[in-house]
Order: sequence, then C-alpha cells, then structure tokens
Amino acid sequence: MGPVISNPTDPLTLFAASIFTHNIALVYILGMCPFIVISRNFKTAVGMGLSVVFVVTLTALINWPIYWYILVPAHAEILSFLVFIVVIAATVQLLEMLIEKFFPALQASFGIFLPLITVNCLVLAVCLFMVLRNYNFIQTAFYSLGTGVGWALAIIIMAAIKEKLALIADIPSGLKGAGITMIIIGLMAFAFMGFAGMITLQ
Amino acid sequence: MPKKQLKRSFKQTKWFKVFSAGLWQDHPTFCMALGICSMLAITNRVDNAIAMGLGVTFCIAFSSLFVSIFRNIIPSRVRMLAYMVIISTFVICIDRFLKAYFPPISESMGPYVGLIITNCILMGRAEAFAMKNRPWMSFLDGVGCGLGYSFMLLLMALVREPLGFGTLLGFKVTPDSWVKWSVMTIAPGAFFLLGIYLWIFRTLAKKTEV
Repeated sequence: MGPVISNPTDPLTLFAASIFTHNIALVYILGMCPFIVISRNFKTAVGMGLSVVFVVTLTALINWPIYWYILVPAHAEILSFLVFIVVIAATVQLLEMLIEKFFPALQASFGIFLPLITVNCLVLAVCLFMVLRNYNFIQTAFYSLGTGVGWALAIIIMAAIKEKLALIADIPSGLKGAGITMIIIGLMAFAFMGFAGMITLQ
Repeated sequence: MPKKQLKRSFKQTKWFKVFSAGLWQDHPTFCMALGICSMLAITNRVDNAIAMGLGVTFCIAFSSLFVSIFRNIIPSRVRMLAYMVIISTFVICIDRFLKAYFPPISESMGPYVGLIITNCILMGRAEAFAMKNRPWMSFLDGVGCGLGYSFMLLLMALVREPLGFGTLLGFKVTPDSWVKWSVMTIAPGAFFLLGIYLWIFRTLAKKTEV
C-alpha cells in the first residue's frame, strides 16, 4: 500500500535548499503580488511572512494524503487542481474562524492576512511541486516549511530595504512603486544566487 | 465624412470601450501590477509565452462569462470559492489540452499552467467586473484583459529569448559571435526587464504612485 516514492533527497537538504538555493520567490518567481502590495512596512511583512509559513505547511500536509490516498487510487488526478484549491480555501477559512474565536489577540497581527493568502500562488505551487517531484510525507513537511520560511525571509528583507529607501532614496516618479520593487527583487535574486554552489538537488 | 462618423460611433459603443479598456487604460500589469508571477517565470521562451497568453485569455473569458451567468445565484459569502471552482475547471481544460497536443510546451511550463488558477487577474476580473455586468460584456472584458496580458507576455519573451538563448521560437537569430546574456534566461533578468518596462510605460502614461 501507499504511494511509490521515487525521490531520494534528504529532508534536511530539502529544507535548506528551499530556503536558500531554490527560494520560491527569487528563483521560481512565485508569490509576487504581496511583494508589490504590502512590502512597504516591516511589521506587516513579518506578519504576512509568519502567516504564509503556517498556511503553506498546513495545506501541504493536508493535501498530501488527499492526493496519494484518495485521488490516486480513484484515478482522479485530473481533479487535483480543483481539490487542492478548494482544500486551501477551506483550510484558510477555518483557520480564520478559529483565530477569531479563540485567539482574538492574534487577529490584528495575523488574521487580516489570511484571506489574502488563499489566492497566493505560492500555496498552490507548493502542492503542485510536491506532486510533480514525488515527495514523501516527511519530505513534504520539510519542503513546505522551508519554502514558507524562504518566502518570509525574502519579503522581510524586501520590506526592510523599502523602508530604508522611502527615507533616503530619490527615485524617478515613473519607477516608484512596482517598478523599483522589481529592480530590488532582481538584485536580491542575484544575491541569493551566491548560495547556488552550496546544495545541488537531484 | 459619414465614414468618419461611423468610425467614431463605433468607437463609442459600450462594448468597444469595455474591450479596449483591458488593452490599454486598465492594463492588468502596468496599472494594477497583477499576475506577475507566471508572467516572469515562463517568458524566457516565446512559444511558452504564446501558450500561456492564449491559455490565460481563454480562462479569463470563459470564467468571466460563467461567473456573470451565475452572478445572481452565487451567495456573496462563498463567492470566492465559487470563482475558484469555475476558474479551476477551465484551467484543467487548458492543462489537459496542452498535455495532449503540445507535450513539450506542457513539460517546460511545468506547474505554471496549474498556477493560472491563482493568477490574480482572473479573480480580479471576476470580482470587479463579471459580478456586476451582463455575460456578453464580461466575456468581452475577459478577452480584452487576456489579450492585454498576452501582449505583455510577448513583449517580455521577445526580448528575453533572443538575448538569453540567441533564438526566436527556436530559430537562431543572432550571429555566431553573439555572447548569450544568460542572466535573461533566469529570474533576475526577468525582474529587471519588467522593472524597466514598468518605468517606461508608467512614464508614458503619466501614471505614478507615491
């Protein structure tokens, strides 16, 4: 019983790789909308980053058994997009309700970001990558956690740079906002390429 | 003279306005900075960009059409979920179509076909336009937005592929002495190019933000 696992990568290597060498924001270019919209403030970026770490890990761990133990035996892989996105939306909704009910103190710093995360391509991408690369359950756990942490790291660095820029930089008016954000992410991606020799995947 | 008048009245019809808004004034990428993820990731080759553009256009047009048809039935509390189900249905169609007829393109695009679901443009059009307008208008709005987006994808790919690989649609276009800009094929090149495009277009359109 159980899925055929054909990916031999060590979970810890996977964890480090998904933060540094295969950072989902800077190498796969996913989850860009929040980078442009809410990366102006350092505190907001930290809140968003933490929520993403949590949601990405949780949804990947829920979707893994659904895919391998329900969809694959039923030969219904064609429905995987639909099932993944509905599971993600439902999980986020549930999480939002739980936080509102039991942790009202968290609501202000954490809860407001949850609805935004549903449509973040990052969450769905982690589920799709986990299927494409045949990760087993442990690998999925480490991979999704690492991806979330890597993304949070990128948006937090971004917000810190932008806060500084807002104070001192004289940016041409056409480049303000999204334009300069793109240039900064480009430079960050270059910087992260410096990690490339550290780990090789597959 | 009458001909000119005819032309003007054609340009002032509502459907023309709806259609052209997506192409220029409300262009999804320049003005609203939406749908950037998949755009940057797949535009290192022109054929991927064409496939992605057509796929997104098809998905926006039909998901807008269906959201608009069902707009009076969908309860507003679960509308997000309803949009997602409608959108992902069409994305599955595209994914299967590419896998069946264009397997190399499907392979090189990998998970990015599935990620059309979370492209903010689709959700954005469903929420901002299709929920409030008649089906035919929503369909046109979807086609307009989709074509505007495809145009941007092509603009990126037409620069990245020749500079990065020295080819265009797989044919060699640069002389042998050409040194390939390998940065254009990977993420940083995409970011810089989009940054430059945004700068040019926003300066031309005089749309700036603080």
